Amino acid sequence: MPTYNLNVNKKNHTVEADENMPLLWVLRDLLDLVGTKFGCGIGQCGACTIHLDGAASRSCLMPVSSVGDAKITTIEGLSEDNSHPVQKAWKEVDVPQCGYCQAGQIMTASAFLEENSSPTKEEVRSAMHGNICRCSAYNRIEEAVNLAAKM
Amino acid sequence: METTNKISFNRRSFIKTIGLSTGGLMIGFTLFEACKPDSNVMIDLETLNYKDFNAFIKIAENGMVTIYSPNPEIGQGVKTSMPMLIAEELDVPWEHVLVKQADLDTKNFQRQVAGGSQSIRASWMPLRQTGATARQILINAAAIKWGVNPSECYTEEGIIKNSRGEKLSYGAVVSEAALLEVPENVKLKDPKDFKIIGKDIKNVDIDKIISGKPLFGLDYKTEGMVYAVTLRPPAFGQKLVSFDDTEARNVNGVTDVFQFGDKVAVLATNTWAAMNGKKALIAEWSSDEKLMSTEDHDMELTKLLDSESLKEVRSDGNIDRVKNTADKVIEYTYEAPFLPHSCMEPMNFFAHVTDTNVELVGPIQTPEGTARQVAGMLKRDVEQVHLSLTRIGGGFGRRLIGDYVVEAAEISNISKKPVKLVYTREDDMAGGFYRPIVKYKISAAIKNSKLVGYHLKETAVGSSINRSRASYFPAGCVENYKVEAAQLPSEITTGPWRAPVCNFLATAEQTFIDELAEELNQDPVALRLELLEKGKKNKADLEWSPERMIGVIKLAAEKSNWGNAKEGVYQGFSAYYSHNSHVAEVAEVVLRDGKPVVTKVFCAVDCGVVVNPLGAKNQIEGGIIDGIGHAMYGEMRFLKGKPQSLNYDSYRLIRMMETPVVETYFVDSNEDPTGLGEPSLPPVGAAIANAIKAATGQRYRIQPYLKYMEQVSEIV
Repeated sequence: MPTYNLNVNKKNHTVEADENMPLLWVLRDLLDLVGTKFGCGIGQCGACTIHLDGAASRSCLMPVSSVGDAKITTIEGLSEDNSHPVQKAWKEVDVPQCGYCQAGQIMTASAFLEENSSPTKEEVRSAMHGNICRCSAYNRIEEAVNLAAKM
Repeated sequence: METTNKISFNRRSFIKTIGLSTGGLMIGFTLFEACKPDSNVMIDLETLNYKDFNAFIKIAENGMVTIYSPNPEIGQGVKTSMPMLIAEELDVPWEHVLVKQADLDTKNFQRQVAGGSQSIRASWMPLRQTGATARQILINAAAIKWGVNPSECYTEEGIIKNSRGEKLSYGAVVSEAALLEVPENVKLKDPKDFKIIGKDIKNVDIDKIISGKPLFGLDYKTEGMVYAVTLRPPAFGQKLVSFDDTEARNVNGVTDVFQFGDKVAVLATNTWAAMNGKKALIAEWSSDEKLMSTEDHDMELTKLLDSESLKEVRSDGNIDRVKNTADKVIEYTYEAPFLPHSCMEPMNFFAHVTDTNVELVGPIQTPEGTARQVAGMLKRDVEQVHLSLTRIGGGFGRRLIGDYVVEAAEISNISKKPVKLVYTREDDMAGGFYRPIVKYKISAAIKNSKLVGYHLKETAVGSSINRSRASYFPAGCVENYKVEAAQLPSEITTGPWRAPVCNFLATAEQTFIDELAEELNQDPVALRLELLEKGKKNKADLEWSPERMIGVIKLAAEKSNWGNAKEGVYQGFSAYYSHNSHVAEVAEVVLRDGKPVVTKVFCAVDCGVVVNPLGAKNQIEGGIIDGIGHAMYGEMRFLKGKPQSLNYDSYRLIRMMETPVVETYFVDSNEDPTGLGEPSLPPVGAAIANAIKAATGQRYRIQPYLKYMEQVSEIV
């Protein structure tokens, strides 16, 4: 099996994996970074969202062989101590119900706010539309993104 | 209340141990149910079997308190709210409390179930009693130390004080308290003195959730564990005839392939390899020729509605007589499809079956019943089965059924390995136990412009209306009232789905009330209030309260400014009692490009004391938005027994841009708390249907509503 050098959360990792193995399973099963979640496997729910060179990406569809030198950030690497504004806002608003989709929501929101630091209500709703929250905590997600934008 | 004395504290002991999470010496304070005759000895925690404990509370010498939360956490918030009840009566600051999830422990915990919205209702007194008893023992220990009467002592935030002005922390007296008898009939706090109950308390797992810590079943790992994915019959009712695993075994990482029942398990060193191994299997299945499609269910349910198979569930007065003598009888039929649960965390479980032990770890709403099922399948003593609960990525009723836990145990038993069974999303959606397809035919007899008879017929696959649900509003409010039901057998498995039966029964009935109001030319709120006034006289027969229903209806009408909506805004009303709570909702709809859009929902809830308003509001909002999503878009169709939607590309869930604003109002109450995880969902289907009717003139009686809206817009 081929070997890949991956930069995950500012650390270098060497993994041996099938070239088609999606980054999601490399992270979860080979690197023990289980914060990134498996939801649908076809890029429809957003639970597996990570940052690839800062851009929100669906790790369930991304073969490990396509990652190259890109810098990967997962929920575990967003901050050392939950101090990222999006994490702080998530806690302040007390967003989660079951909590399973939240890593993906937070990763989508944090990449979005890097691009657009003072979004309109409609921009926030549109940016978060790709992430399913089965518990339907959508109003709190929206509130937290808006709060993070102000931090 | 009878639940007050269910927990017995015959013996207790204090356990000394070193090196727990707070560092240094920690005294574990455990309440024994009944064990050794002499409890006046210090015991080393390590020498005790954990299952011997009634391990709700541990107090460290530094005053930190660990509280074990007994019930499964599926997102309903009990891992926060149940420990709040103990901490309140123990009288410790919430900041000093560390909450841990308890394992399955039938000796020490009652009803370790997440279901029926009953966790808080059932534990309201027992958990408070647990906290209050512990507090009293600590007071008694301090009183002895001081040589004063316990009645001269009191507590304040983890400190015991006396009338002489002396103080001792809980941590300073725990070891002395070990030698004391457990007091009985301790006094509980007056609700006006609550410091934790009724306050906004954040999710106890919030820090772990937002940093991606391993919390969920799918995150669990152990040494030597292999991953299992299974191939299962594509259609309900199909059997496995044969399979070829040559290609599957060639997939890198696959370690084993074998048949169990009508399924084939693929084991691998990682999840991806197991999924690929499954894809590489070639299987032959029995014929699907005779298996039922959605259309067949539909036809059979319609036939049943007017058949002799209907059985009486509840009957008051004489419905046939009033129908025959009525000025007018109106009758409408309401229909809802099969629905998958779509928990975000797909079904999964860890199992390690050895000759002497069965270890299970993962997400399950019914740990006790499931452990028994696993023991039965393996023909083992249930004492050998140890089940640890993880945080659960959504339940919605799906994880009340432990089929996937039994499968994991079976695969581990055959392979003799520690196994993590993982469902793909497709396995999960096709896995069955759906919300049943259901039809209601409701008729009303009208005489002199008044409702004199109400007749509801239900036909459904699987679960069905029972006497209790047939007695919800408007039962008791109409003299002549009858509910009948019949079930249709099907290969498609059905089961509980958030607010079972009520999730569509309420939609049908509360839409019908709107149609009835229209027929009587009466305001829908006024009609409900008039019916409830009649119900007041009949309350001995009802588990719900017409007064409390009137309360929430008036509150929702007031907050939504019912009847005076802004121009271009159309309102729909609905009210329902379920899971012991009374809820009224007003949905607001506007037209965009001629299409109705739900923009806002007002909700009034009477659930007694609100233990954690922050969490409670999340439950209410979630139930409403979930209810709107499934009413608008949700449908699982079948072709010859085969599910037609297997993933989110062909199964639509509500998303952010379709989410309305929700305003929630709780009735101020000192009544004991009732359900919260489910009751906001049932009324909302009718609230939006009634608002859409007001906006468009179109009456929707068949879910999902979107299907009919698209037809409408195409016609336009």
